[in-house]
Amino acid sequence: MSDRATEMPTPPALPTPTTVPEAVSPTRQTWQMFYQNRAAMLGLCILLVIIITSIVGPLLYTVPPREMVWMPLTPPGQSEYLLGTDYLGRDLLAGLINGGRVTITIGFAAAVLTVLIGVTIGALAGFFGGWVDTTLMKVTEFFQVLPNLLFAMVVVMLFSPTLTNIAIAIGIVSWTATARLTRAEFLRIREMDYVKAERSIGAGNSRLIWRVILPNAAPPLIIVAALSIGSAILFEAGLSFLGLSDPNAMSWGRMVGDNRPYILDSVWGVTIPGLAIFLTVLAISLVGDGLNDAINPKLRQR
Amino acid sequence: MNTQVPATALCVSDLVVHFPLSDGKVVHAVDGISFEVPVGTAFGLVGESGSGKTTAALACARLVEATSGTVQLGDIDITQATGNALREARRDIQVVFQDPFSSLNPRERAGSIVRRPLDLMRIGTPAERERRVDDLFATVGLRPEQKTLFPHQFSGGQRQRIGIARALATNPRLIVCDEPVSALDVAIQAQILNLLARLKRELGLSYLFISHDLAVVQHLCERIAVMYLGQIVEIGSRQEIFRKPMHPYTMALISAVPSTDMDTADTRIRVKGDPPSPISLPPGCRFAGRCPYAVPRCSESLPELVTRDGSHSVACFRADEPELQIKR
Repeated sequence: MSDRATEMPTPPALPTPTTVPEAVSPTRQTWQMFYQNRAAMLGLCILLVIIITSIVGPLLYTVPPREMVWMPLTPPGQSEYLLGTDYLGRDLLAGLINGGRVTITIGFAAAVLTVLIGVTIGALAGFFGGWVDTTLMKVTEFFQVLPNLLFAMVVVMLFSPTLTNIAIAIGIVSWTATARLTRAEFLRIREMDYVKAERSIGAGNSRLIWRVILPNAAPPLIIVAALSIGSAILFEAGLSFLGLSDPNAMSWGRMVGDNRPYILDSVWGVTIPGLAIFLTVLAISLVGDGLNDAINPKLRQR
Repeated sequence: MNTQVPATALCVSDLVVHFPLSDGKVVHAVDGISFEVPVGTAFGLVGESGSGKTTAALACARLVEATSGTVQLGDIDITQATGNALREARRDIQVVFQDPFSSLNPRERAGSIVRRPLDLMRIGTPAERERRVDDLFATVGLRPEQKTLFPHQFSGGQRQRIGIARALATNPRLIVCDEPVSALDVAIQAQILNLLARLKRELGLSYLFISHDLAVVQHLCERIAVMYLGQIVEIGSRQEIFRKPMHPYTMALISAVPSTDMDTADTRIRVKGDPPSPISLPPGCRFAGRCPYAVPRCSESLPELVTRDGSHSVACFRADEPELQIKR
């Protein structure tokens, strides 16, 4: 018996791991997934080009966008103004570059407002529940059943159609989906043990809401925020098309609206700004979808 | 020997937790339970799913509001404490949760998860906190270099160690362990139980240990209470509960522990059916409907928890009758 025991080879000692693996944060994992997504990276590149153009463009290309510079309705390539002119003889390229600034600014501002209102209301409703939830959700439902475009038009017409007011109007009519999503995420996450654990070590409500639950609810909200920039741009285009744009600023939607009556004489007048809107929203959607794909595998891995 | 009477770490008396439903009915999650946890001992609370054991534990840590009753932690009643008193009390009672995959914030590094209690309770300087985190990592068998990793980079057992380190951070008197090993596989369960036993010995900790697994409780706890539908049906020392169970429900639980002994299969007490709903409770003994020894009296009035011998109490009318004795 003892013989056999001595014959047994001693198993090699398990190598003690001396190196610690690199810390991989959930954010970094998401970014790595996003980086590998070609469509999303293409969208991001298009978006960057558009944003950089609208920031730097007006400084480099100084043709005034709202002044008559050439014969009206000149097609592209037939003058020193590359994309031709509109029905008043205004340079389309200058309009495109300057209008991009306005369109994208309004898009981002409205999206920021959407997220601010939506996340605050959704977070409070989802975290506290009870009568807070009931009241806030009734308010949300009220805004949900309002006809969006009509309500935004009323807001813009009541207060003058400045860029700020347009952004506010768009923000006010489009936060409801964000609020509902935030509430749903809060309802899910507030029952997690790590929230209870934070409470048991003395964390207060505001810390739980903003520092513990919100960062964990953020991934789907980031996707919605990204996509809401696209819909805000479309909304602004729609308002401008209906004539509700800042008279002192050129925007893509307004260019489409202005040139619409002359569509048979000059296809370019509506096509060029229309394409710009299309490309921007497409790029934003690609980025949003890429974020969605990058964020969800992490949830699966849990 | 120390002749001093051991102080109590936790004294729960007549704790009631009811959850009102929207239609006016009430879920009787915990219905008047009382027990004491002496300093340096582990108290096991056993029962099946829905018996209210977890709710009772969470109420002790003030993570669920008690409907009535008191939870005396040292000299303060944690169910009534507010503001700073509550923060102070929370230092003394910490929780280790069941599911190590949901009890750690996925967006925080292991080190900051363990340091968080010290930050929130403003204990020590930042440098001291950092040193304390290193000590805690060593205490629970993790390496301090792993501080920078995120929870998803650890295994289940390691994550539970992080949870234990977090619970230890404030030097609590009592740790509520809410089924700390039931989400782990058996080999890891033993490691974690041994760790808890070692911490209890070395740090003089007290545990309120929740489990549905009698074998786990037997390993660690000096005193055990068996819960059924929000009430304690039997309470006693480990020896009393395992050698001489008096409540039919306890007997059923013990006989349900898997065994390699072929003979026990025959003496197994089988409990049929499901427990009644905690919303509409039967008037008599709550176990009567499933009890193989029930007599008409059992479903008419509710038996009180009566002390039989020494520290052993049971809530059963027939506990003294020979029919129940023979079955052991």
